[in-house]
Amino acid sequence: MTAPEPEVTAAVARAHGLTDDEHARMLSILGRAPTITELGLFMSMWSEHCSYKSSRVFLKDLPTSGPFVIQGPGENAGVVDIGDGQAAVFKMESHNHPSFVEPYQGAATGVGGILRDVFTMGARPVASLNALRFGPPSHPRTSYLVTGVVAGIGGYGNSIGVPTVGGDVAFDECYGGNILVNAFALGIAETKRIFYGKAAGVGNPLLYFGSKTGRDGIHGASLLASAQFDSADGASDEKRPTVQVGDPFTEKLLLEACLELMAIPGLLVGIQDMGAAGLTSSSVEMAARAGNGVDIDLDAVPRREPGMTSYEVMLSESQERMLAVVAAGREAEALAIFDKWDLDAAFIGKVTATGRVVLRSAGRVVADVPAAPLAEGLKYDRPRARPEYLDQVNGVDPLGLPAPAGAKLGATLLAVLGSPNVASKEWVYRQYDHTVRTGTVLRPGSDAAVIRVLRPDGSSKGIGLVVDCNARFCFLDPYEGARHAVAECARNLACAGARPLAVTDCLNFGNPERPEIMWQFAEAVRGIADACRALGTPVVSGNVSFYNETDGRGIYPTPMIAMIGLIADPGRAVTQWWKGEGDVVALLGASTGDDLGGSEYLKVVHGQVAGRTPRLDIEREKRVQAACLAMVEAMILRSAHDLSEGGLAVAAAECAISGPRNVGAVLSLPPSSVPIPPAAALFGETPSRILVSFAPTNRVAAEAAAKAAGAEFVVLGTTGGRRLALGPDVDLSLEELSKAWRAGFQRVVA
Amino acid sequence: MKIGVLRFPGSNCDDDAMHAVTRVLREEAFFVWHKEARLPPCDAVIVPGGFSYGDYLRSGAIAAHSPVMDAVRTYASAGGPVLGICNGFQILCEAGLLPGALVRNASLRFECRDVFVRVEGKPTPFTSAIPAGRVLRIPIAHADGRFVCDDAPALGASGQIVFRYCDAAGGVVDGANPNGSQLGIAGVCNAAGNVVALMPHPERACEPALGGEDGRQLFESLRLSLGTVAAVPASPSTTSPSTSRRQPGNRS
Repeated sequence: MTAPEPEVTAAVARAHGLTDDEHARMLSILGRAPTITELGLFMSMWSEHCSYKSSRVFLKDLPTSGPFVIQGPGENAGVVDIGDGQAAVFKMESHNHPSFVEPYQGAATGVGGILRDVFTMGARPVASLNALRFGPPSHPRTSYLVTGVVAGIGGYGNSIGVPTVGGDVAFDECYGGNILVNAFALGIAETKRIFYGKAAGVGNPLLYFGSKTGRDGIHGASLLASAQFDSADGASDEKRPTVQVGDPFTEKLLLEACLELMAIPGLLVGIQDMGAAGLTSSSVEMAARAGNGVDIDLDAVPRREPGMTSYEVMLSESQERMLAVVAAGREAEALAIFDKWDLDAAFIGKVTATGRVVLRSAGRVVADVPAAPLAEGLKYDRPRARPEYLDQVNGVDPLGLPAPAGAKLGATLLAVLGSPNVASKEWVYRQYDHTVRTGTVLRPGSDAAVIRVLRPDGSSKGIGLVVDCNARFCFLDPYEGARHAVAECARNLACAGARPLAVTDCLNFGNPERPEIMWQFAEAVRGIADACRALGTPVVSGNVSFYNETDGRGIYPTPMIAMIGLIADPGRAVTQWWKGEGDVVALLGASTGDDLGGSEYLKVVHGQVAGRTPRLDIEREKRVQAACLAMVEAMILRSAHDLSEGGLAVAAAECAISGPRNVGAVLSLPPSSVPIPPAAALFGETPSRILVSFAPTNRVAAEAAAKAAGAEFVVLGTTGGRRLALGPDVDLSLEELSKAWRAGFQRVVA
Repeated sequence: MKIGVLRFPGSNCDDDAMHAVTRVLREEAFFVWHKEARLPPCDAVIVPGGFSYGDYLRSGAIAAHSPVMDAVRTYASAGGPVLGICNGFQILCEAGLLPGALVRNASLRFECRDVFVRVEGKPTPFTSAIPAGRVLRIPIAHADGRFVCDDAPALGASGQIVFRYCDAAGGVVDGANPNGSQLGIAGVCNAAGNVVALMPHPERACEPALGGEDGRQLFESLRLSLGTVAAVPASPSTTSPSTSRRQPGNRS
């Protein structure tokens, strides 16, 4: 029995997050006042989180198609053809606010949610990545949040048995009140057996399976994910009940049961996981995609506790639940699979031709709304304005600041290496099982991860994966910064030897109702679109996370990019570290400019995020990547490492100390395009550069490969010895470099 | 040879064990569902890694009571070779087939990385081809891997310590112990030597493409001790292979 439902007035609608305009629009769609359950449907489906109402006008400009794209944005995940009848299914999603409120469960359910997105499409998940942003180590909550988030990601991924093969962790003051937890998952499916979230076939039964429905997570999509934090409301502690609790064991059963269900020809018609907005979004979206309606008996929904209202059942975000459409007459076959896996399953309704979502409880209709306008959502072209801070920060000339010189440059390198942004992330990835599934060829700790995929004939191919975003670059110039994020992902893949294929993004921004934030967003999307178009890597899935603010202070614009690439022979994949003595070290790519703007050096030495984001010449970038790929494929290289945060000095140090054994080198500084001080030569972050090493016998071949691709190439020196010498001023022992780099992260979690 | 790989709800290295046996060693293997009360005829059983039943109670505690484990007990008591890996080790301890218990790592964190282990103790079907003292590099991935038992030195005296964490040179030192196990114990066997288990994952170290093939030596040992390949064992094998084919669970 359910209690009588309250009347919905404009004030009630406002309290549920609908504006007066949205309330009026709802009334015109319904032609009457909604029931409270119907209000729940509208507030959820029209939330920023579900409807992308502020971002859609820009997202349409992203390149989303290509000859190998099987499914672009709009489904549970993107799908690309990787040959041999196989498809890569992948997506990235945010779980920022839940993870800030309750780090372990917030991060764990972020992983669980993205894995479901992938396996609902018929793919077996084979690899995960994550991108994390936290406040500075000095922030009182950082240690607690890092520890909890990492444990939560590991707790879920390790248990379900999907290797977490890579990621990106960084720290900045702007994330102190609003951390970022972006989770990525990749699965492999047969191209002939991809499943979609469509309620097709009028009369087909709707099958609910997985965990029972409880009161957890209600309002997760609307009030938690689509609103900013305000520290006055009790530092988010009051929102803790809106965070769901993850159960990786149940999800593992769900995964295996789903794949069994999908293996039976013709049994499963459509499927979608109950993620944000739970049964509401899954039922409405499945109906709308098929142009059909659904008729659901809410009393048939398995429940964890008695007395739940229809509103609560529809808005619950209890984890590990699925909604599927099964071919009529074959119900028993489906139920037998769930019985085998000891999972709850119930038929809760059927597909109708009405185009309406009809919900019943206790013999009454509690909601009757058209699916299309609910799913279609809203579209706002919000006002945009270039932020005023840009003139101030862009006006700073980093070369005008006092720079360390001479012997002090060595100490500066140690300081930059020890910055938690640069330091070894071993503490993090050791807590993730990255070798389960016997497919990890390149583990965490190199430029990109590479996993092996077995072709149907048993031979091996590889997929490279990487996630990246330099948010400081985006803060100083969202357009240029977003292009950098795309280019660096592709460059990381090229270093490992994988040819960039396609992208998923997770766009983390502040409050879209502020014109400056909307401007940042539009600029970043334009940057992603331009770079992806130039590199031929379409965006096949993604997620937008707005309202990443606390007390009106937004995070840096953080358009996280994850990219996958293909490597025909994973045995040729290359790692970043030097392999032994006597190898030649060369710099592939752009000659160094005075690019200290937004650099790690500027932050560590001067405590500033200022200057101008380095210019990215995308054509030059392509030539550099082509040269690197050609060298990897010709098996010329022994190592390849992208230059990013910390510039040449950090890249060289990482080559020396990040491998199984430390290898020193004596290197000269490369020529620069303009006269620059040594600090800029060592720490400048000029893009489109890769540090490579090769046996002396391959020197001619390496030079020829660079020339053929039209990429600049300059030999810097030779590996060997127990020290790293860089130009005239830096000469450090491998032990002190290693100590600084390995201890840097400990400060965060001490 | 023909290997039975157990499959519990929450097992997640079952596919990996299957891969190692069938794709790498090119031998036969099949899955055995946890609800089965009998084992089909097989030359050895692998209890794979994972989080059986979610490991929400003590790791392996619920799986130890599943129907298939009764069949494994019978199989083991008849001398059948059983290899437990990671969660499989935990399950075999909980089932009383192996001494000791595996508790939370000393670091209190999940640890995933390559470790070195030294092979020692009495010859077993899974180590018979590995010379005593050889150092293997194999990955670990566990949160509950710290081996404890009432009398660890006695286990050593009876030759039941089969693998110990060590450094690259084979030295059993504290710095090489990833989880705080007593005496650096990474794997043990039962008194008869036919039930062996370890926390590291040999099935993940069977191919150079994945970073090493030291783990393969355990499976090659089994092959040798079963007499299914003609080769000269690098160390003497005392386990009779024939006993494994006569356990009561067989239907053949």
